[in-house]
Amino acid sequence: MFAEVLPLLTKALGETIYMVAVSMAIASAVGVPLGVLLHTTAKGQILENIFINQTVGSVVNAIRSIPFIILMVAIIPLTRLIVGSAIGTTAAIVPLVIASIPFIGRQVETSIKEVPSGLVEAAQSMGATPFQIISRVLLPEAMPGIVSQLTTVIIALVGESAMAGAIGGGGLGDLAIRYGYQRFRPEVMLATVVVLIVLVQLVQFVGNTLAKKLDKR
Amino acid sequence: MIKLSGIEKIYDSPSGKIHALKGIDLEIARGEIYGIIGLSGAGKSTLVRCINMLERPTAGKVFVDGQDMTTLTDSELRAARKNIGMIFQHFNLLSSATVYDNIAFPLKLSGTSSADIEKKVRPLLKLVGLSDKADQYPAQLSGGQKQRVGIARALAGDPKVLLCDEATSALDPQTTKSILDLIKVINHNLSLTVVVITHEMQVIKEICDRVAVISDGVIAERGSVLDVFTNPQHRITKEFISVLLSNDLPAAFRGNEISQDPTEGSLLLVRLIFKGDRADDPVLAKMIRSCTGAECTMLFGNLDEIHGVPFGRFIIGLSGRDEAIQSALNFLNGQEVRVEVIGYVRRSPAAVD
Repeated sequence: MFAEVLPLLTKALGETIYMVAVSMAIASAVGVPLGVLLHTTAKGQILENIFINQTVGSVVNAIRSIPFIILMVAIIPLTRLIVGSAIGTTAAIVPLVIASIPFIGRQVETSIKEVPSGLVEAAQSMGATPFQIISRVLLPEAMPGIVSQLTTVIIALVGESAMAGAIGGGGLGDLAIRYGYQRFRPEVMLATVVVLIVLVQLVQFVGNTLAKKLDKR
Repeated sequence: MIKLSGIEKIYDSPSGKIHALKGIDLEIARGEIYGIIGLSGAGKSTLVRCINMLERPTAGKVFVDGQDMTTLTDSELRAARKNIGMIFQHFNLLSSATVYDNIAFPLKLSGTSSADIEKKVRPLLKLVGLSDKADQYPAQLSGGQKQRVGIARALAGDPKVLLCDEATSALDPQTTKSILDLIKVINHNLSLTVVVITHEMQVIKEICDRVAVISDGVIAERGSVLDVFTNPQHRITKEFISVLLSNDLPAAFRGNEISQDPTEGSLLLVRLIFKGDRADDPVLAKMIRSCTGAECTMLFGNLDEIHGVPFGRFIIGLSGRDEAIQSALNFLNGQEVRVEVIGYVRRSPAAVD
């Protein structure tokens, strides 16, 4: 029995890791700068621009209010445009990225907000440019918080990727639904859940360790 | 070195406009330590931030080293700020960087090579006495050590001016003393112009040459520290000084009725303030010798010094015939000493413990 389930599990785990890792990489590349933008354009901040801040903020809120399963289906035309197909593991990455960008943006914004404003003032008094303030003060000082927040995002992505089965994305969630639930194989269901738990624990552990190592406060 | 003229600062707040600075004129000479003292909310922090344009004045001109700061473009302003070091009440060090990297920070901002940074930072670490802490993080340091890092960082860019915003307010008295001593040393050795913002008169007395007392957005009083200490004019100045130098009457007289006319068994209390060479002149001995019939009791005495100039404050009690007391007062008024007649006060019966 175990020998039969194992290949299924490894394949599904591989698909989950692939979806989460690629989505996370792309979403962070956009989401971290988005968080910086959300913070620095707010009132009283170094690049204050209320119009941009409110516009971007509204878009972020709008995307975040759409449940993932609906977002995934709603953007099928966009997905098809980008990856050429609306089904499959790679296709699932598009909605995962789109859902994660605003999430990461808000999380990063929250972390940066916790950097004491005195540090920004001190950097300004030394003649730092806004870019230097972002790259040498805000991001390094917020880094432990950002790492913790990104850990949370990865775990949320593992959860969301389970819904990818709805568009043929595969992964652990899909395995659990199709084999464990629809084919009445509780042992597959159990194995999947155990793998998910271990995966999430591992991500959390690595995230915590890294954040702690970065935190010199 | 620094010239402020007609500085106004008006903030918009939800509850209306707040007029934080109301036409401040101030000149600070090259190489001096200038103190600005005021209660919280008086506008002193806003004022010091106008010097390096962290706060842009609503009206008025700011000249630092001959350069009009209010007309500079953003990039010119950033260049000008490199000539003005600043230290803060809460130190504002990067928690994610070591002591060394914190001090190197302004140099990294200007793209200095790491070899040149090393040449600059090592002597600064030595100057502030933290050579052995170079690789530690701010969280591992005491408050005084953090401020030393702040000072070293402020000096890294070879500024001409050092702004100290409540730099010792978060420190205990002993640490305050050592930080003030350090500021005095760098002022002297690097001929740095220093502006000190504080709410503690002790700080002004310890290191400042001149002082401005700011209250409600205007300068209430200004002058040399010695003059302001020995002859304060404004109510707020007197309050600041009274924290250091008590104006209370001695315990045996405190709370008793003060009369301007002689009453049975009372002493005429007189406060005397000596300064400079007069502080150790035998004025009282001369008075006792020349005004026979007036008895003089020493009730309170304190001899202090500001920048090496001694100044003394005494309360004496005069008794005797009215004419004798009057001639004693006349004698004192003829001397180089400030005489404040408090009035006739009876001594309370000695307290029994």
